[in-house]
Parts: sequence; C-alpha cells; structure tokens
Amino acid sequence: MSREEVFEKLTEIFREVFDDETITISDTTVAGDIEGWDSLMHITLIGTVEDEFDMKFAMKDVVGMKNVGEMVQLILEGMDS
Amino acid sequence: MRELEYPFHAEWIIKKKKSLKRQILTDRSGSFLEKRIAILGGSTTDEIKNMLELFLLNYGIQASFYESEYNQYYEDGMFDNPKLVEFAPEILYIHTSSRNITEWPQVADSEEIINQKLEAEFQKYVGLWEHLEEKYHCPIIQNNFELPFYRLLGNQDACFSQGKVNFVSRLNLKFYEYAREHQNFYIHDIHYEAASYGLERWSAPFYWHMYKYAMCVPAIPYTAYNVALIIKSLLGKNKKVLALDLDNTLWGGVIGDDGAENIEIGQETSLGQTYSEFQKYLKELKQIGVLLTVVSKNNEDTAKTGFGREDSVLSLEDFTVFMANWEPKDRNLVLSAEELNLLPEAFVFVDDNPAEREIVRQGVPGAAVPEIGEAEQYLQILDKAGYFEVTELSADDQNRSEMYRANAERNRAKAQFADYKEYLLSLEMKGTIRPFEADYMARIAQLSNKSNQFNLTTKRYTQTEIEAIADSGHYITLYGKLEDKFGDNGVVSVIIGEIKEKELHLDLWLMSCRVLKRDMEYAMMDELVEVSKKQGISDIFGYYYPTPKNAMVADFFALQGFQKIREDEKGNTEWKFSIPEKYEQKNNVIKVNERRN
Repeated sequence: MSREEVFEKLTEIFREVFDDETITISDTTVAGDIEGWDSLMHITLIGTVEDEFDMKFAMKDVVGMKNVGEMVQLILEGMDS
Repeated sequence: MRELEYPFHAEWIIKKKKSLKRQILTDRSGSFLEKRIAILGGSTTDEIKNMLELFLLNYGIQASFYESEYNQYYEDGMFDNPKLVEFAPEILYIHTSSRNITEWPQVADSEEIINQKLEAEFQKYVGLWEHLEEKYHCPIIQNNFELPFYRLLGNQDACFSQGKVNFVSRLNLKFYEYAREHQNFYIHDIHYEAASYGLERWSAPFYWHMYKYAMCVPAIPYTAYNVALIIKSLLGKNKKVLALDLDNTLWGGVIGDDGAENIEIGQETSLGQTYSEFQKYLKELKQIGVLLTVVSKNNEDTAKTGFGREDSVLSLEDFTVFMANWEPKDRNLVLSAEELNLLPEAFVFVDDNPAEREIVRQGVPGAAVPEIGEAEQYLQILDKAGYFEVTELSADDQNRSEMYRANAERNRAKAQFADYKEYLLSLEMKGTIRPFEADYMARIAQLSNKSNQFNLTTKRYTQTEIEAIADSGHYITLYGKLEDKFGDNGVVSVIIGEIKEKELHLDLWLMSCRVLKRDMEYAMMDELVEVSKKQGISDIFGYYYPTPKNAMVADFFALQGFQKIREDEKGNTEWKFSIPEKYEQKNNVIKVNERRN
C-alpha cells in the first residue's frame, strides 16, 4: 500500500470515527485540529486504525505519536512487518 | 437495530458509536424507558458507558449515567459523593476487576494469613454493598473477577492457596454466595466473558498501562452487552417465546421429501448429533420458562412424524403452539402470539433460511431474528444472545410452559360450551385477592415491569418501591391470584390506589393477559370497592394513559361503571366511580377468598 493509499483510507476512518464527512487530514494534522479528538476518541481511533490496517501499534509508538504524518509512517512500517 | 443484535461486529460498533447513537435516537419515534445508572469503576469506564448506552437504547431503554472518577468506586459509594447522592441512581453497576485486588497472597504467607487477606478483600466489598443497598435501595450489579493475567506458580497457581488463580477463584465463590443470599444483587460474570473472549487478548497489559482499562478495548462491547442483558431482564424486557422452524433447524434434511426415517437426528451421524444437542438445549430452555413453538412450512401430519422418532429429544408436548402449514411465516408468528395472548415482539424466530428470516424481520417488527449460522453454531449463538437472561428463578418460570398448555386445554374445553358463562363456571375458578404480602412482592414488581397490554397507567415499580407502598398506610393495595381445575395461574392482577382523604386515586391497575376474559377484572373491582368502603372512601378515580400497546383497556373503566370526567389531547382519560350505597357484585363466576381449612 502506498503512502497516498494509506492517507486515503485513513481519511475514511477519521470521517467514520468522528462522524463528519468533511474532515481532511495532512501530515501536520494534530488532535487540536479536529473537533471531538480528545483522549477518549484517540483510543477509538487507534483501535480502529489497528483493526482496518490489520496491524498493532507498540505502546512506545502510541505514546510518542505527534501528528498524523507519524501515524501514517507507523502504519506503513506496521503493515510491512 | 440489526448492527446491535448478537452476533455483532465489536470493532465496527466502537468505530461507528457516534453515528449509531444518532441513528437510534432519530429512528425511534416511540418512547424510551428512562433509567439513571451509576457506574462505579475500578478502572476507566468511558467506553463501557458508551457501549452500554447503545445496547440499552436498542432495548428501548434510555439511560442517563453517573461515572465515578477513575478507581473511585469505593470512595464514591462508601462516603456518599454528593454528586452520586444527587444523581439518585436507579441501578448501580460496580465495574471492578482483578486489577483492583490489593492484598494478593505472597508465596511466604501462611494459610492463616491468606485466609485473612481473602476475608479482608471480601469484607471491603460487603461493606460497600450494604451501604449502597441502605442508601439507594436499588439493584446492584457487581463484576466478579477475571483470572489473573500471569501465573507465578504455573499450573499450581490454580491449586496452591498462594496462587493468584486460586485466590481469585475463592473470592468469586464468596461473591456468589453473597449474591444468592441477597435480593436485588446480581453478578456480572466477566470471568466467563474473559474466558470466552480469550484471556490473553482480554487482559493485554497495553490497555491497562495506556488507558487504565482493565480489559482490552475491542472486548468492551461484549462486556457491556452482558451488563445490558442483566438490566433489560430486570426491566422486564426479556423475550418469552422461541418460534422454531423444523427442516434444517431442528433436524437435518427436509421431512416432506426425505421422510421421518431419513432426517438427520440422533447419534448415527455428526450432523444428527449436532441437532440432538441443539434439541436438548431447547428442552433445557423450558426449565427457565421459555415457551417453544413451531413455525414450519410443511403438512402438519408430516411435520409431526419428526417428533415420533424414538431418538427425537423434543416431543410434541414440548411445544405450546404447533403451526405447520403453507401460510407466510410472519403471519403464523402473529397468529401464534394471539393464541398465547402475547405480543409478537416477545418472540425469537429461529430459521436456517435467510429468506424466511427476512420475511419475519419485515413483517413482525420487534421480534428477534438472529443470524444463527450453521447447525453447529445454533446453540452457542442463541445462548450468547441472552434473549432470556435469567435474573430470578421462580417456580412460576418453571411452570410457565405448563400454564400455557393448560390455557390451550381451556380453549379446547371452551369449544364444548354454547354459553360462555357456563364455560367459566365449569372452570371452577378460585381467586385470592388481598393486600400485598411479603411472599408476592417480587412477583408484583415483576408484573409491574412486564405487563404492557392490560395495564391502565403502565407505571413501573421496583420491588423496594412496592414494599414501601405496602407499608406506608397511604395506599390501598390488592394482588389477585387465580386458580382453576386446569391449574394455578399464580398472581395475575395488581391494583395500587393512593388514599387522599375520602378519595382513592388508582396509580396502577394491571392484569396478566394469561387470564383475559375470565372475569378476574370484575372480581378485582368487587374487592376494591369492598376494601375502599371499609376505609371510608366515597369516590374512586381511575386513569388511563394510552401507549402503543394498551389500547385493549381504553374503555376498561367504562365497563366497570366509571364516568369519564376528563380527556386531554393525548387521549389520557380520567374516570370517577362514586361508591353507591348498594354495590352489586360484578363477578359471579370466581369464588373469592374462600376460607381454607
């Protein structure tokens, strides 16, 4: 899966989880940019990403994740392994 | 909503929780039953609350929630957090887990020390439960403990008293003993759920250390579903009837084509064994009061030969209604419901054929129609769906099938009489109508939560409320039992009236549809008038509040001789009955309150 394809699928996930069809994301998107992205929804988001991409984040990765770009990078690495 | 019916897709529900909630609240124009539920957690509970909320909405229950701060279950409950007191919970759910056990046994501990630790852990909970019961008088749902996520002593962790596995098992047994001895206290079995889900995945430490969830997030829908099952059962929303297809549902093969001798049932083949085990499970369901009926596309005579086989586990007597014909199944289901005086939504329809399932789903809204999978999955899917979740076991449950069968016999007897009154007299009915008594409080509360059709106000009461009303002295209360030559129907009717000087205002008048058209309502009226007279009441006020289900009693008070004095735009009506000097008894077919020797 290419970086663009991951972005496309991730956008779908964001829209579903936050129940908002207008959401767009980029490498620099952070929690503060999206309405409703609090610590609780973050758990839902992480779980859904793991489920949809069939991969698992390590705890250290979730803790260190700074923005959507880093999430995409981890997804790409996670799917490789 | 299909997505929230078992078997569900847990991850999908978590992902879509926002839009699911929005959809349910907009789709369902009907009224929800509102309940205040406090979740006292030993770990994070947000997602548990979210999932519980969805499953309850799907049962027609709209909950408002109180959540304790993280791991404040004990302090909140024990020391009366003012917010909790103000919230006034109607149901308490204590969500604790093995992560909350503080005094684990150590390898060097003596038996005596370990026993003390066990007792200390247990007594901490007992103190909390007793305080909550005294303070809130409402049902308490308490998690048991899941197995620990590692075993220091390996296999012997289960058996040595120093083992955590052993400690948890003993603590659980103490919880169960307490639950058996206390009413209004229910165990939520996360131990079984964790095992069923897979303990290793369930207690993945990631979720504890990251979010302080005691279980993995994808398992939360399963645990919340089980809490919802207990709550809907307590609120009288269990299903009552299992309507079963025959071919490829109760046996393998098509009896009309293959003949009774060639269908798969019994011990000869793997598939035959599977169907036998399923039939055995269905027979066991009868013990908890589930009614079994047949809805099959077959010739009736041919269909019945399937139960004539020696190796058939179920026999014809196990079914309260047997519908084998070529009519559409949704129609047959509605007819079965009419025959049993039950609502079609009390039914669970089990059929291997997806097309038949769809017809029933469309034609009988409210009935449960599970995707039951392959023959070897039927039993577990039905079992886990929890349609008949048990919260109390009463003799009434075990006899229910018998009572409905007796009703069918009455119906046959009725056909022999030209005159209806003659038929009623032939039943040799005996009624007991008395103020609420200790033995029947649970049944009275159960009826107030279950009765929908013959129910004038549809007010729901907990057992604690019923007991308080019986004790207060400001109410006239009556329960009615009815037996006849075919059997005892148990408590079937309840009246609660509030005394306001010389007036009596009827808060509740209900009757089980099991005894419709037996004149029991007139016997209740006679007794109500008699008791009211003795209390110096001059006027009785009745109230009818229409719901989608209680149209059958819209004119009930008129039949009893009340005058309508008010009606509002919603159809709510108010009625008045002035007790005459000479009241003429309305019932003359039931012998009421005979002296027993």
